[in-house]
Amino acid sequence: MIDARIYIWQRLSAMIMIPLVLGHLAVMIYAIEGGLSVGEILGRTQGSLVWLIFYGSFVLAVSAHAGLGLGIISAEWFRLTPKIASLLGMAVGLILLVMGSHAIWAVTFALP
Amino acid sequence: MSSAENIQTGADMPDAGMLDVAIHRGGGGRPSAIQHYQVPRQENQTVLDIVSHIQHYIDPTLSYRFACRVGMCGSCAMMVNGEPRWTCRTHIDRVVEHNSLEIAPLRNLPVIKDLVPDLDPFFDKWTKAEARHHPSASRHQPMHIQPPDSPERQRADANIECINCAVCYAACDTVANQPDYLGPAALQRAWTLLNDAKDADKEAIWQAVSGGDGCHNCHSIGSCAHYCPNELNPMTAIAGLKQQTVRQAFSLTSVLKKNRND
Repeated sequence: MIDARIYIWQRLSAMIMIPLVLGHLAVMIYAIEGGLSVGEILGRTQGSLVWLIFYGSFVLAVSAHAGLGLGIISAEWFRLTPKIASLLGMAVGLILLVMGSHAIWAVTFALP
Repeated sequence: MSSAENIQTGADMPDAGMLDVAIHRGGGGRPSAIQHYQVPRQENQTVLDIVSHIQHYIDPTLSYRFACRVGMCGSCAMMVNGEPRWTCRTHIDRVVEHNSLEIAPLRNLPVIKDLVPDLDPFFDKWTKAEARHHPSASRHQPMHIQPPDSPERQRADANIECINCAVCYAACDTVANQPDYLGPAALQRAWTLLNDAKDADKEAIWQAVSGGDGCHNCHSIGSCAHYCPNELNPMTAIAGLKQQTVRQAFSLTSVLKKNRND
């Protein structure tokens, strides 16, 4: 199931995620520990290009990584054919991409 | 006096009691069943001695495979108490549990009969992995000089002592979950040949090990290295293949070559 192409995409998406996960954890701790209100958070995220690039690339990397990974795991565990496992993985990746993009759009551009 | 002779005569060696041996019988379309045998326990007895004793003195219909009896030929591997082992070099003192042994044919392979696995899928994968020598010169050309201390030769030498016993293949959980996966032995040989300056078709090996059944499926569990009777490390060889295939994918020459082919 895993050829060189899938292997490289999974490693690349993981490499992209490493600093983003650390940044995400730092932002979460800062937002909670600092006692920021929803209004204060939205005030900082809305219209922020940096925030959009940070979480936009995070969503892209997560969608690719999780989609590929779950496709591979389902092929091995449930003995699915590579084609069906790939379709399943792509479906998961697409759902994550749509949900993540929607959340980013809502927090960056949508009016409160 | 050899241990085989001791079994035959039963002389000189103190009898340490009887061993309960459970053997998986069947295969070749017949239903599989476990059969128990009582075998006299003796000093310096190997698992292969036990199986031979059963076949010689208790049940001549038992089928098993062996040749050299000294760990050279790689033909006597079996599952012993659920773990793959070369039986001719496995003393029962190391594996016996509660005075009993369970012996089964090698895992991950079809069974021809009783303890004889069909090794065709194992060797077919060696071919599929291009794990065969691709000649670079004829016998009429001068011999290639390969310095034994060069890094490539050192890497090729690291795993060259593989005896094709299929113990690593039987130990591999990735093969168990993905029957088409090429497996540790074939990929290890492919890595050896990639590092061999005398092999002329490295591109064919790259292609073979980079496909959907190739080296990237390995989860680095390490059972191959743990169980290899010759203490080789196929996992390291597969890691080398993964590393080199990624380098190959990003190298400028491969990009140019791909563009030329397109």
